Amino acid sequence: MPPTGLAKRIRSLQFAFLSPDEIRRMAAVKIITADTYDDDGYPIEMGLMDLHLGVIEPNLRCRTCGGRVNECPGHFGLIELAMPVIHVGYAKEIKRLLQSTCRSCGRIIPAALTGRGVAFSGIEDLGGGFSRPVKEDLVCPHCQEVQQKIVLDKPTTFRESGHKITPKEVRARLERITDEDCRQLGLNPKFGRPEWMVLTVLPVPPVAVRPSITLESGERSEDDLTHKLVDVLRINQRLRENRDMGAPQLVVEDLWELLQYHVTTYFDNQTSGIPPARHRSGRPLKTLVQRLKGKDGRFRSNLSGKRVNFSARTVISPDPLLSINEVGIPVEVARALTVPLDVTPQNLEVAQELVKRGPAPPMTGGVYLPGVNYLVRPDGQRIKVMDKNAEACSAMVTLGCRVERQMVNGDIVLFNRQPSLHRMSMMAHFVRILPYKTFRFNLCDCTPYNADFDGDEMNLHVLQGHEARAEAKVIMQVQEHILSPRYGGPIIGMIHDHITSAFLLTHHDPHFNEAETCYILSKSHIPMPPPKGHEKNGEAYWTGKQIFSLTLPEDLTLEFRSSICSHKSGAEPKEHAEDDCLVVVEHGQLTSGTIDAKAIAAGKGVILDAIARNNGPARARRFLDEMSRLSITAISLKGLSTGIDDEDVPEDARRHISKVMSDAREQVKSLVEQYKTGKLEQMPGRSLEETLEVQIRGTLSRARDQAGDIAGRFLGLDNPAVILAKSGARGTMLNLTQMAGAVGQQSVRGERLLRGYYNRTLPHFARGDLGAEARGFVSSSYKTGLSATEYFFHSMGGREGLVDTAVRTSRSGYMQRRLINALEDLRVEEDGTVRNTAGTIIQYRFGEDGVDPSRSVQGKALIVEEVLREALGKKYRTELELRGEGIVGTTVVGEEELDLLAEAQAEEETEEEEAEEGGGFEGGEGGGESGGD
Amino acid sequence: MTETKGEKFSQELDRLAKAEGVRLPRILLLSASEMLAAHRGIEAEDVRKVAKELVRRFRKVEVDAHESVGIVAAQSIGEPGTQMTLRTFHYAGVAEMNVTLGLPRLIELVDARRVPSTPMMTVYLDRGVRADEKKVHEIALKIEVTTVPDIAAIGTVVEELKVVVTPRPALLDARGLTRSDLERVLDQTLDKRRWTLSNGSGGGEGRSFEIHQAETAPPKTGKEPEEEMPFRRLLAAAEAVRAIQIKGLSSIKRALIKKESTEWVIYTEGSNLAGVLEIPGVDRSRTTTNSVFEIYKVLGVEAARTALINEASRTLSEQGLTVDIRHIMLVSDLMTNEGDIRAIGRHGISGKKTSVLARAAFEITANHLLRAAITGEVDELKGVAENIIVGQPIALGTGAVDLIYRPLAAPASSPNHTRPKPAAPPAPPAPEEGAAPTTGA
Repeated sequence: MPPTGLAKRIRSLQFAFLSPDEIRRMAAVKIITADTYDDDGYPIEMGLMDLHLGVIEPNLRCRTCGGRVNECPGHFGLIELAMPVIHVGYAKEIKRLLQSTCRSCGRIIPAALTGRGVAFSGIEDLGGGFSRPVKEDLVCPHCQEVQQKIVLDKPTTFRESGHKITPKEVRARLERITDEDCRQLGLNPKFGRPEWMVLTVLPVPPVAVRPSITLESGERSEDDLTHKLVDVLRINQRLRENRDMGAPQLVVEDLWELLQYHVTTYFDNQTSGIPPARHRSGRPLKTLVQRLKGKDGRFRSNLSGKRVNFSARTVISPDPLLSINEVGIPVEVARALTVPLDVTPQNLEVAQELVKRGPAPPMTGGVYLPGVNYLVRPDGQRIKVMDKNAEACSAMVTLGCRVERQMVNGDIVLFNRQPSLHRMSMMAHFVRILPYKTFRFNLCDCTPYNADFDGDEMNLHVLQGHEARAEAKVIMQVQEHILSPRYGGPIIGMIHDHITSAFLLTHHDPHFNEAETCYILSKSHIPMPPPKGHEKNGEAYWTGKQIFSLTLPEDLTLEFRSSICSHKSGAEPKEHAEDDCLVVVEHGQLTSGTIDAKAIAAGKGVILDAIARNNGPARARRFLDEMSRLSITAISLKGLSTGIDDEDVPEDARRHISKVMSDAREQVKSLVEQYKTGKLEQMPGRSLEETLEVQIRGTLSRARDQAGDIAGRFLGLDNPAVILAKSGARGTMLNLTQMAGAVGQQSVRGERLLRGYYNRTLPHFARGDLGAEARGFVSSSYKTGLSATEYFFHSMGGREGLVDTAVRTSRSGYMQRRLINALEDLRVEEDGTVRNTAGTIIQYRFGEDGVDPSRSVQGKALIVEEVLREALGKKYRTELELRGEGIVGTTVVGEEELDLLAEAQAEEETEEEEAEEGGGFEGGEGGGESGGD
Repeated sequence: MTETKGEKFSQELDRLAKAEGVRLPRILLLSASEMLAAHRGIEAEDVRKVAKELVRRFRKVEVDAHESVGIVAAQSIGEPGTQMTLRTFHYAGVAEMNVTLGLPRLIELVDARRVPSTPMMTVYLDRGVRADEKKVHEIALKIEVTTVPDIAAIGTVVEELKVVVTPRPALLDARGLTRSDLERVLDQTLDKRRWTLSNGSGGGEGRSFEIHQAETAPPKTGKEPEEEMPFRRLLAAAEAVRAIQIKGLSSIKRALIKKESTEWVIYTEGSNLAGVLEIPGVDRSRTTTNSVFEIYKVLGVEAARTALINEASRTLSEQGLTVDIRHIMLVSDLMTNEGDIRAIGRHGISGKKTSVLARAAFEITANHLLRAAITGEVDELKGVAENIIVGQPIALGTGAVDLIYRPLAAPASSPNHTRPKPAAPPAPPAPEEGAAPTTGA
């Protein structure tokens, strides 16, 4: 039952020591027997499973509180230790205290201290002091006692000038430290006296903390903690007996040390310096510290992340006909997950009707009807609704009841894919109950979830409260996340086929007849527009750009260059017209240009960005919904496929390419020759070997590019694979030239291949061969096929990519964990400052201007031109117009500014050049997609 | 003239916006006023309209109160990490230099390492010098470390117990040094009591130096069996000579010059900001290093913060990843908040959190809990991690505000309507929470 609101709120937690008295007070029973159960399987009294400690069996009652298994949380017991022992966790602390205080009177010896005393109310830092060892000849100013040097023999033995100090003595000394001195030493005596760090009683945790499990054979298997406690009890018992009998000092000391060992490992079984206690099978025991620590420890595994109900997980698959904020859910899942429905006078009848249906209403005509799984009566009693008792349950439904009804279309749920690296990894979707057994969603949602359908699974959570549902609807819906907070641009957009389709639809504005147009629009619920015109034969036609425009909002006006555009900025419109690459949208009508990745793709879509920003997320959702439906029908009209023979090049070209390749090999040979004869000219700041490598690599990459160019001449926009690459749907031209031209140099760690045999990569080559093919140059293309050695080299490059990916995920995962942990508490306060939990101001204004990056335009707060256009109305002039009027550009610019201007321009140019060169290919496909998901 | 006009507009816009309670970013004010100034016939009314529109739009893009900007920033920087390369590449500017890039560099930055794995400087030069390749080259030589082996061959003659240093005229030339420079340095650095310097064979610039043991050996210091292993001392002397630095700044291994559009720039391998800034001809306002810690030491935290921002955003954009600068700013601001540079992680920010539970949940669990008992620490449960642990709503975003519902007068008939949600059938009747039943705390 989900609670409505909080009954109580924990305001703060106080950490403190358990004093021996308190341990005794809270103990329900004193444990003296090392045994657990008797022969009948009944817990032994005063044993480790005593019924006062709580119960774990269903038919027993707790002797302390009378509760049953689910009612009694358990109670502590205690073990009176025969002799005191040191608490391992505090050994260092004890050493510090012993060193800073007098061995006889227990007062602080000021000369022993190096730091300042700590003001108590707000202890923040205990570092910086108190740790200088007491010098051997130091004299206590209070009692003139000569001090001795104390060392800690790890983990728990203290020695003073070589003599062992027993824990008893240690405790006695700690007792002598006054409360006032404790404060000076950084201890808060209100919450813990120093002597409590030496244990005299040991609390025994309730059985619920260390439940024993009964195996099928009827054999009991005890928890690791119980095992450890048994050890403690046994030795404790023996120590007591020996001591009381007056056994030799040596025997008693040995047992005492053994007790210390068991208590130590009871706390931490990974204490350095002592062997870990082991189970009979040889497995080290998991004791207290191990339970808490690390990734699978209590903190990270059970407290920072908790298991939940009302969730489902299954394989995902695509469905372009769903809206981006919908998710298709299998009937089986819909029946298993429920939404609570509070029965009110308004819905009483509905609720009764629902319950009457039972948990599995028949699917008449394949129509899903929600049933009810549970009925919660006003007194809190939960009744499972079954076919048999459905009628009876229905009669029980009254006001104040709660009905747990199955999911229906339109319910809101959270949908998630791990790894949840950003907030878009968990978004709210509306439910659509569908046949079959996978979760389905619109392909546009692949990007934020980083999902594909090669076997990926995703999780789904059904919200249980009104508040949660409201929040999900307002801030978690997919449409609210179209603009990414990472860079103020769209992260959800069209992918792959959508882009290809849009490209085919709009490039050079093809004509469609009535049947075709009707088909394209058939799935989009967009009414047919009047035809654009009539062909010569009188048949009406519609154009691709016209059809695309149907998805745009009417007030959209913008202009940009599409990604197929290869012209430099400032090119004439005429040049653009040839490639149809200057996109102009006026009042929701696409008048020129090709729609491709630049316009609508996830991550960069300009049109998408404009719609999401100006027309709001709901309109952007509609655009994506309509566009994804429309693009699927449009592309299925003609179809688009590519195969390996799309990369066929004429025999002539092949010959040309192999000529280029052999020329390159010759060049490399001559470079190596020059190097060997010492004629190679050394580059500044480089060794001769490095110079050679640089030049060889340059030569070979030029050759690869040349081969690519030759092949590229035969790869035009009539080639489907080229359409994919140029429109930005998938792949790059580089991939194609590798298929048609040459694959190029393979590399590991950014260098030509070199590892393998002594002085050579493979036995196929001579030792010390520095030539092209001996060091991993692949002159074949994927189409012609690789030679055996080339194939091997290629797989070397590929392997590096795989290893790289594997290493990277773990490294970046840890970095993100640290970042999140460091920054999680920061928030914007109402005064606009960014503060942490301590109230320290981290920023006076978030990001210096207080702008939310997800609302910014690519990081800019506002587009000032738009503001002015809006505000000035008719008076507004664009920069271009102003320049024409000769107003802008007449300001006198100083020499400094000119300098800077020139710099800035030069910088821009180099940047553009580099961008065009774009990551010179070397070394496999940089990992690429690895198998599986 | 336009300048003053623009200034006037910007002040006016600022005043108008402030009157509405909005502080507009300077860059907005400036660009708006610049554009206004370019127009003709702008009247006071127009300015008011612009201000109003600016304010209206700016209010829409401002961050909401209680927004969890920290988490968003961490995600925005962390998420692209999976898309970055692990390899180090050549630096875009100089092909000859290797610089750590990508994920390792980003990790290095958030770790606040003292010394980056590949320290590097970009030295810009003053106006008078920057266009002159020769002068720039001279400065580069001043920066780059030159040791004796860089310009001379060093040999030992064991029979004669001497070290022979033979300068190579070509190398001397390349470094802009002469034989006398070498002589001067050798003369200054050698311990005169033990060694004597004399001229050896050869002529001109290539004439060698010979280093003999001094005739007047220093007074024996009791225990030392001095004469025992003379050749050993000789080898040690040769080593010492090898290490002698003729000129340049320590830790700068290499300096390369490169033309960047109109000016020559020096790139160095190794970093010594303090030293470089003292060299005449260096443009102190633009010269920089990729060692954030060095910037902190030389120029202070504010500069370090800026350096962190620059380095991190450069690292990200070099990989073709766009991350809003505000996220990077937040991380940098947090790292430099205490006046020095603190790492993201258990030794820095996370180790200093106020909450015991949050620290325990991150790393080194047991120690934090044990320590908390000693000082009797109190966990105020204000942060995210601690509230998750105890199972309470967190104080971020919508969780930061509490909704209090005060029913006016409960209709006697149906008690269900007095609460915001129909009261769930409580097992034990919940104690009345006074006059104001609350959701949350």
